[in-house]
Amino acid sequence: MPGKVFAVVVVIVTLAIAYCVIAHVWWMPVDISVHGPNIDRQIEETLFGAGILFIAGQLVLAAFSFLYGDSKGTRKMKSFPGGAKPLIIFACVVVGIEILVLSFVGSKAWGSVYFTPPDPSSVRIDVQAGQFAFYFRYPGPDGKFGPLHPELISEGTQNFFGLDTDHDPDSKDDIVTAQLAIPVNKPVLLTLHSKDMGHSFDVRELRVQQDFVPGIVIPIHFTATQTGRFEIVCTQLCGLGHYNMKAYIQVLSQPDYDNWLKQQAAMQ
Amino acid sequence: MHDMTAHAAAHHAPPQGFIRKYVFSVDHKVIGIQYTTLGLVSAFIGMALSWAMRIHLAWPAASIPFLGTLSPNGAPGGVPTPEYYLSLMTMHGTIMAFFLLTAAPMAGYGNFMLPIHVGAADMAFPRLNMASFWVTFVGFVLACATFFIPDGPPLSGWTAYAPLSAVGPVAGPGQGWGQNLWGLSIALFCVASLLGALNFIVTTIDLRTKGMTLSRLPLATWAWFINAWVSLLAFAVLLPTCLLLVLDRLGGTSFFIPGGLVVNDKVLPHSGGSPLLFQHLFWFFGHPEVYIIILPAFGIVAHVMPTFTRKPLVGGWKVITYAMAAIGGLSFVVWGHHMFVSGMSPYMAMVFSVPTLIITIPSVIAVLVFAFSLYGANMRFSTPMLFCLGFISLFISGGIGGFFLAQPAVDSYLHATSFVVGHFHFTMGLSAVFAAFAGFYYWFPKMWGRMMNETLGKIHFWLSFVLVYCVFMTLHLMGLTGSVRRYSQFVADFMVPLTPTNKFITIAALLLGATQFIFLFNVIWSRFKGPKAADNPWHATTLEWDTTSPPPFDNFGGRQMTVYHGPMEYDGDAFVMQTSTEKSIAGT
Amino acid sequence: MSESELTMATGHEVLMEASPYHIEKKKLGMWVFIVSDACTFATFLFGYGYMRVGSQNWGTLFEFSSILNGIIMTFVLLSSSLTMLAAVRATQAGQKASANKWLGLTMLLGTVFAILHLREWVKMIGEGWRLFYNPMGGAAQFGACFFSVTGLHLTHVISGVIALGFVARGYNQGRYDESHVETAGLYWHFVDLVWMFVFPLMYLMNAR
Ligand code: HEA
Ligand code: HEA
Ligand code: CUA
Ligand SMILES: [Cu+2]
Repeated sequence: MPGKVFAVVVVIVTLAIAYCVIAHVWWMPVDISVHGPNIDRQIEETLFGAGILFIAGQLVLAAFSFLYGDSKGTRKMKSFPGGAKPLIIFACVVVGIEILVLSFVGSKAWGSVYFTPPDPSSVRIDVQAGQFAFYFRYPGPDGKFGPLHPELISEGTQNFFGLDTDHDPDSKDDIVTAQLAIPVNKPVLLTLHSKDMGHSFDVRELRVQQDFVPGIVIPIHFTATQTGRFEIVCTQLCGLGHYNMKAYIQVLSQPDYDNWLKQQAAMQ
Repeated sequence: MHDMTAHAAAHHAPPQGFIRKYVFSVDHKVIGIQYTTLGLVSAFIGMALSWAMRIHLAWPAASIPFLGTLSPNGAPGGVPTPEYYLSLMTMHGTIMAFFLLTAAPMAGYGNFMLPIHVGAADMAFPRLNMASFWVTFVGFVLACATFFIPDGPPLSGWTAYAPLSAVGPVAGPGQGWGQNLWGLSIALFCVASLLGALNFIVTTIDLRTKGMTLSRLPLATWAWFINAWVSLLAFAVLLPTCLLLVLDRLGGTSFFIPGGLVVNDKVLPHSGGSPLLFQHLFWFFGHPEVYIIILPAFGIVAHVMPTFTRKPLVGGWKVITYAMAAIGGLSFVVWGHHMFVSGMSPYMAMVFSVPTLIITIPSVIAVLVFAFSLYGANMRFSTPMLFCLGFISLFISGGIGGFFLAQPAVDSYLHATSFVVGHFHFTMGLSAVFAAFAGFYYWFPKMWGRMMNETLGKIHFWLSFVLVYCVFMTLHLMGLTGSVRRYSQFVADFMVPLTPTNKFITIAALLLGATQFIFLFNVIWSRFKGPKAADNPWHATTLEWDTTSPPPFDNFGGRQMTVYHGPMEYDGDAFVMQTSTEKSIAGT
Repeated sequence: MSESELTMATGHEVLMEASPYHIEKKKLGMWVFIVSDACTFATFLFGYGYMRVGSQNWGTLFEFSSILNGIIMTFVLLSSSLTMLAAVRATQAGQKASANKWLGLTMLLGTVFAILHLREWVKMIGEGWRLFYNPMGGAAQFGACFFSVTGLHLTHVISGVIALGFVARGYNQGRYDESHVETAGLYWHFVDLVWMFVFPLMYLMNAR
């Protein structure tokens, strides 16, 4: 009896989970990046392949617990025909194939993000994370970022990056903002660096997540395909304000973007 | 026979006096019970912490009873501050992962059972064994002490990533003495685990009784033995990592802290270190650690299941043992899968992804062995057996999540979401806990000489099983939306709509916790009022069932055990004890 | 010795027949400890390597006098391994006096090593070296790596000398036998072996 109940419970649970996945009760937001479809396809393929294994595994477990309760001696014991060999072969072949397929396809998706060099014409933006805010820096008309001086960083004077506009000519026209704006359909190259702890740059819709590592500068690049306003959240534990460390990314059409940049430059 | 027992009793009297007998005892059975009790206490502390977290997540303004008294700073009026939420989370992870699941299934049951399984009178180094427990205990006290210092416990998570964990009080509340105590506590835990592992290895190799060949070792003992090797290497890396972390904090070094960090507009005096070095060292330990948690679980299930299916495991002792050994070995080459988006070279991500996927093969083999051993059985659905079945189901669910996370491209979306939280609660949190429950219900008669109540046990199982799915499968699915972990409140725009889901999870989690009190009641009640246990209540074959319940001080009352059979000689009602001279019935 | 005394002295084992798989358990335990301790040292050295590779201004720090000191230390420690070997031989041959002599010599050489090493430390600290400070202007990491790696090794040497003292005393009092001496010897050789990694990595690679 408990075996049969167990079987029923397992089947119900499995079906409920399958329903939630198939019906997209909780689901990823629509992707807005060029590389995103690769990742989504990869997730869906994994959901399919691993999902079948999951359902098969749970159902086999349910079936066996249903069938092989104590017969009080009315049924003779059997063991699985062929012993462990078919199981081992099954595991090696099925999981082996799954692994091969996933890592083959997966490496393409990963490669599309990380192994392709950034487009030389990319819009370059410098991103700094700190407890508990992101700041963004555009190079200005000269196209050059001025050097950073950690000792000059000051919340009070709003010198978030530690720029020395008096001595570094490249810094003079740098535009520092608290929100990120990028042009649509244009490759964007971000350079991530942190002023204090580990943080992370995560935009779900862009399918981009990359940690900031203090001490090193990490480049990431992507191209957004839709305009709109999306959330940037910090996903690496960085201290008490971690939960509230966020900013917004606006994907703008080229004219809007140019306007926005002008406004920001005027506000410096 | 009788004569020998009397003879032994006369000359081999157990130590007298409460302290020597129950506190500073060198008897492996007492130490095993001490570890198990420590695990139980940790489980309920950890659970209380998870309750506080869950309540705060669902009702951010709710006042949580007792919390305001425990920490007037951290939870003024009982409402945790964001930093105190992180402290609760850190200590929840630390206590659960280290002091419950590394301690109880391995050091707890292992200490009690391993010497008996191999037919020895005690561990190879009994005094070292006692030292292991007391060092662990001091570590535990230090960890708990962080709640009582003004700043409270550290907030950098159980992974204690540098520089947050390394730069000292400037990083936030709890990062002062809280983090120091945490580092020392874990360092002590490492020392104790190393001593324990050494003891397990030597005992298994050296103290096996006549006839106890490797092929006749009970599978739980195999698991503990393999696991001892994994612990030996893994904790030997965490120990220096903790020491270096403490040096960075107290000695002014910069192993894990790069130059030019600015906190509160001040440049920190450190230079030249690398946060990634910490991550590499931590995960070189951390990944094996999660298998250190699951291998004893495998062993317990492999040990308990044949007793109730009344037939040997498919593939005998070999397949499951080789699978466990393969998992143990491979666990040392996959650590980078925790660091796919950490800034490590993307090529390294590919390099770590492949062995991570490969390690699923022995895991799948193990699961298949468990599942297909049910085929054609005459299962007795006692509570331990139900927990074994639950274990298989939960481990499949948790392990499947591994397929997703193991691929860098997929992980770059799912990393640090509640999908990961769901994954590791299914694998580590709950399937390992279910195996621990199976072991507990199974061995309770041997450890305390009384039977546990079956009805309460079954209620405990059914409620736990269903509620675990409600809590942690929902967390998985919620992770698909990108819901971020380690957030004390859901203020991000896209997470606000998840609040109802969150409330559902919290309610289920509260019920799940409440269910554990049925277990606690059962334990305490059965300990004093349960029916006396027979020597071999489950009709099992291994040596622990070949002695009284509980066993005498020298385990076998002076008998020299000789082993003739493997541990899985079952055929329905018929079974052959390992020490029996009868003919084998299962061909092992 | 009466039987009850025997039981008291050795714990449970008396009543059990020796296990057929019985390898000397102390020795096995020591080997297992060595495996784990080797991992601990490897972690320290890995950290040092990581620091070194990641640094642009590591510099060359040790003058010839330090290297010479290191060579002498190496020589001393290597000799102590030989004397340890002789001590083990002597105990196995049952030559108590000779064993004592060799054990004493080993402890002496260990102490000399420690003194030479501490002298080096004192000198460096006098020059301004700290865990977090490099008086020569190069990477501050060097002090941290040097003091922690050699400090760990030195701790092993010093505890080894103390342990040898206990073993020697127990041996003389008849509480310990040659197997204890041999086990202590295993540890001592291991500490010696570790130095063979520490010396080239910490000293020679940083020679001027
Ligand atoms: C006991 C603990 C445990 C176990 C066993 C596992 C098992 C696995 N884990 Fe998990 N993991 C953790 C504990 C554990 N994990 C923890 C604690 C973390 C997070 C730490 C933190 O950040 O705080 C984590 C995080 C984690 C990550 C990093 C995620 C991230 O932070 O982004 C990854 C990535 O690869 C991963 C992968 C895997 C894989 C591939 C397995 C595999 O071993 C799984 C293998 C099992 C299976 C594949 C199931 C087999 C069964 C079937 C498939 C059924 C088939 C049957 C039939 C068809 C009949 N884990
Ligand atoms: C062993 C591991 C374990 C266990 C059992 C649990 C149990 C639970 N955990 Fe745990 N949790 C972790 C390990 C564990 N957790 C870790 C490592 C983290 C990460 C921390 C970090 O990010 O740094 C975490 C984080 C974590 C979070 C995420 C916090 C965040 O990211 O913001 C949440 C939130 O819901 C949570 C909730 C729960 C709940 C509701 C339970 C409930 O299931 C509680 C109910 C309790 C039980 C079902 C177990 C009862 C057990 C016994 C009674 C044992 C009996 C003893 C013997 C048989 C000897 N945990
Ligand atoms: Cu910044 Cu989390
Ligand atoms: Cu892992």
